Formats: sequence, structure tokens, C-alpha cells
Amino acid sequence: MIDREQVLHVARLARLRLSDEDVERMAGELSGVLAHVDRIGELDLDGVEPTTHVVSLENVLRPDEPRPSWPKEAMLDRAPDPADGAFRVPSPQADAQ
Amino acid sequence: MSSELEAVIGLEIHVQLSTRTKMFCGCELSFGDEPNVHTCPVCLAHPGVLPVPNEEAIRYALKIGMALECEIAPRSIFHRKNYFYPDNPKAYQISQYDIPLAVDGRLGDIRIHRAHLEEDAAKMIHVGDSGRIHGSGASLVDFNRGGTPLVEVVTEPDLRSAAEAAEWARLLRETVRQLDVSDVNMEEGSLRVDANVSVRPSGSEELGTKTELKNMNSFRFLERGVEAELQRQRELIEAGGTVEQETLHFDPSDGTLTSLRSKEEAHDYRYFPEPDLVPLAPTEEMLREARESLPELPAARIERYEEQMGLEAEPAKFLASDPGLGGYFEEACRVAGAEVGPGGGGVEPRVVANWITGDLTATLRQRGDEEDFADPTVSAEDLAALVLMVTEKKISHGSGKAVLAALVVEGGDPAAIVEREGLAQISDAGELESIVAAAVEANPEAAEQIKAGNQKAIGAIVGAVMKETKGRADGGEVNRLILEQLGD
Ligand SMILES: [Zn+2]
Repeated sequence: MIDREQVLHVARLARLRLSDEDVERMAGELSGVLAHVDRIGELDLDGVEPTTHVVSLENVLRPDEPRPSWPKEAMLDRAPDPADGAFRVPSPQADAQ
Repeated sequence: MSSELEAVIGLEIHVQLSTRTKMFCGCELSFGDEPNVHTCPVCLAHPGVLPVPNEEAIRYALKIGMALECEIAPRSIFHRKNYFYPDNPKAYQISQYDIPLAVDGRLGDIRIHRAHLEEDAAKMIHVGDSGRIHGSGASLVDFNRGGTPLVEVVTEPDLRSAAEAAEWARLLRETVRQLDVSDVNMEEGSLRVDANVSVRPSGSEELGTKTELKNMNSFRFLERGVEAELQRQRELIEAGGTVEQETLHFDPSDGTLTSLRSKEEAHDYRYFPEPDLVPLAPTEEMLREARESLPELPAARIERYEEQMGLEAEPAKFLASDPGLGGYFEEACRVAGAEVGPGGGGVEPRVVANWITGDLTATLRQRGDEEDFADPTVSAEDLAALVLMVTEKKISHGSGKAVLAALVVEGGDPAAIVEREGLAQISDAGELESIVAAAVEANPEAAEQIKAGNQKAIGAIVGAVMKETKGRADGGEVNRLILEQLGD
């Protein structure tokens, strides 16, 4: 079971502000996700290699060849607060308070 | 205190790889360009994009892993390391976790825990403060650096002093430099060293609580920072306190250490396998190619110079520090040895090393410019010829230095300089004998002291002979003649 404190902890790490109702709902939904994983854990998987991926591929790589980057203006236009050719953000320290 | 507190230090080194493009997208790497000109939807984490690893970065990482004598994982995987910070647009860094590319290695006497691949964060410019993270109002983010391939090397806690940590970090930098996979420039941040520092009673096997030191952007600061933290921990424990696990920021301007992150949030990275990337399984060909591209590295070269060429530790380390310099030394040895020929005894490598690490380095340093030993001011052949003339007593050691100085300034043939400057050693035994006799006569006090057994007094008479002959006399021979004439 995921309790209220755990939901608030994860929300803090992700910088999410949740209302009391959100916290209750999330605790229920996250508990449900873990319960589902527990059910999968009950399957007899002896002798089955663990995998980290659903497709059986490896070494999908690309050559070290530059491709044009995107125009700076196009990227900055999508930012909420561009300044001096950069992405301006609130002080991380203030955010952590 | 009844028992000494021993230092236990481990290092974490981030090496920026000098590939052409970023780790997971085709944006070019650069240093010093205007902000945000090397970005794309992948490195800015727009929705729906997919990272594709740079195969050259993997090649470089394999070289580093092999140079550190690590075991290469047959199949390693990438993980997401989750943290929320503006330098990291995805809110996770792609790194490696429980199955890194390389494990269990060694460099010199220090064990390597692991070496893994990851991507660099963007650069933050903190506005309106002194550059530190504390107390700033707003920050500007430059994503040019975001996504640069990194190899993180983690040592075991085998280092036992701040000086040893700095010395070892230098060896690591030299090793990586010679692999030609990184610029390894600490000031520019292409080599970044963090230190995990703790203390424990001498003889104990247990590890004390460690702190992590960041922001030491030179070897000198690394040494000073670790030293300051060791002192802080020792004083704390001796006063009855306990060390708390935390990350500390070293300020080289005043030597202070400041706590950087609040503890409750530290190291809660919630790693999980990166679903956008498939496993990395280096093929036989990739492994062979990496192995065959490894040059002889400093640690191996130092060992060869000491064991096969009979050098002391210091000159061996110095000459092995740069492949150009090492090659120069070996070429000079080869030429000097070859010209004496069999039966002639040859010139000992030790003597050639002394000329390079002593007189040549000093003379070049006076001139100021950085010497490139791949294209040396004084060729290895000319240096070898000079060392041979001194060894065979054709010229004195003092004259050798004068010839070397002339070679550095004007170049040319050492034998011709000896001829022109009249530096050939006085070979006429009678001539030298009479000069010595005159010098003994002119220094009666020194002569008396030598007779009374004070060997140090001989310097005054040798000096007089050298002055008279303008350094063209063999020092050993002059010594012998003085003692002979004084009836010793
Ligand atoms: Zn990009």
C-alpha cells in the first residue's frame, strides 16, 4: 500500500503540487499499480531470463556524424520565459524551499 | 588522542568525451559558442523523441574501461536517474546503474570500482550572484553542453591522503589524455573530480561516514579541499561529534566548505531501466578494435623505464607523462647507445634522462614557450651527440651545458659549436697539471685544509682551475690531480 506520506514525498521530488483530493486519489491509484505488479510477481518464471526491454534488439547505435541543430529562436519560442538567448528559470534554491 | 584517524578517500571522475556529436542526438559538441545553438528536440526533451547512442562514444568508453584494466560487461544497460533540476530537461539523466559498461579495474595501486556511460547536464548561469548556487534570483540555462557523452569513473576508497588523491588523479588524466578520447581540461570542465572523504581509526577495516566534495576544478584545489575536509572531520570526531553524510562545495578563494544539498532529498534517484534504449552488447569486433587502439599507457611506461632502463621513480614518471617526451627520450637513448657500438659500453639511459629532466628542461623553461617534443627544439640526435661527447670526456659537463644552451637558441651541430667555442676538453695532461699546480699555489689555505682531511675545501681549487680553463677541464681528472699534487 502506498500511503499519503509516500505520495507527498514523490510529488515533492517531481515538484508537483497536489490537492488533498489528489493525494487521496493518487494513493489509491499507485497502490493499484503495485498490486498489479505483485500479481505478475506470482507467476512461475523460473528459468526465464530477466529482460529490460520488450523487443529483443541490442546495439542500436548511430555513427558519430553531426546533424544540423535546430534554430535557436525556434527552440526558445517554445519556452515560457526566454532571456538573453537562454532559457530563464526561477532560482533552483528558491524552488527547493 | 590515543589512536590516529586515518584518511579514506575515493574519487568519482567525470570525463567528457571528445566525440563530434552528443551522446544521444546528432547535435555538435562545442566549447565557448553562444548559448543554445547546439540543441534539438532530443536534447531538449521534447515529447515523443527517441535517443540513439553514439557508437563512437561507446568505443571511447571501451578504451577507457580497458585502459583501467576493467572487465567489460558482455551486456550492459542504461537506466534513468530521476532528479528535478533545470539543467536536466527530461527530469532524468540517462546513465548506467546495476550493470555498467566496465567494472573491477585498476590504475596504479588504486582499484577501480566501475566506469559507466552517461550524458552531461546543461550549463546553468546564475544571474546576479558570485556564481555560486546559493542566494540567486534567476538562472539562465544553456543547453549546448546538455547531452555531451560522459564516462564516470569511480574508484574504490583506496586513497590515504589528499596528496595521494591529487597525484593519482593526475595519473588518470594523463592516461585518459593518451587514449585521445577527451580534452581532459579541468578548468573547462572536460575532467571533473569529486571526492568521497571519511576518516577512521588507524587499523580499522570499517568505513566512517563519508562526505562528498564537489567543485574542485584543479589538482591543487582537489588536494586543498580534501585536506580541509579531513581536518574538519578529525577535529569534529576528536571533539566528540559525528560526521554527517552530506555534499560539500569547496570554495578555493577562502578554503571553506559549504553544505550544498539538503539531506532529505539526497540520492533519491528512483533508477529504472531506460525503456527507450536497448542493451549494449559490445561485439568481438568492437572489443578487438578498442584493445588494438590502446597505446602504451603512462603506468606501463613508468614501469618499463624503471625496470628495464634503470631510471629512478621521479625521472621515469616525468618522462612517461607525455608520449612525445617519452619518445624523445627513447630515441636519444637509441642514438647514443648505437653510436658507441658494442664493447663501448654505451650511454646509460639514466644519464640521457638526467640531461633531459635537468639541463634541457631548465633551459627550455627559461625560454617560456611550451615545448612540443614531437617537434623538438633540440633534436634527439643532437642531444645524443652532446651526451656522448660529455660521457666520452671530449668536453666537460660544464661545456656540455653551454653547448646545450647554444643548441636551444640557435640550433646547429653540437660538434661544430664545440669547435667554434673552443670547448674541447684539455687533453694535454702536462698542460692541465701545470694549471692545477698554479691553482694549488694560489689557494694555500684550501690546500692546508685538504691536507688536514677536509675534502670540502677542494671546491675552491677546482673552481679556480675551471675558471682558468673556462670549464674545459674534466672535473674528475682535476680532483685526482689536486689530491695527487697534495700528496694524498
Ligand atoms: Zn540535440
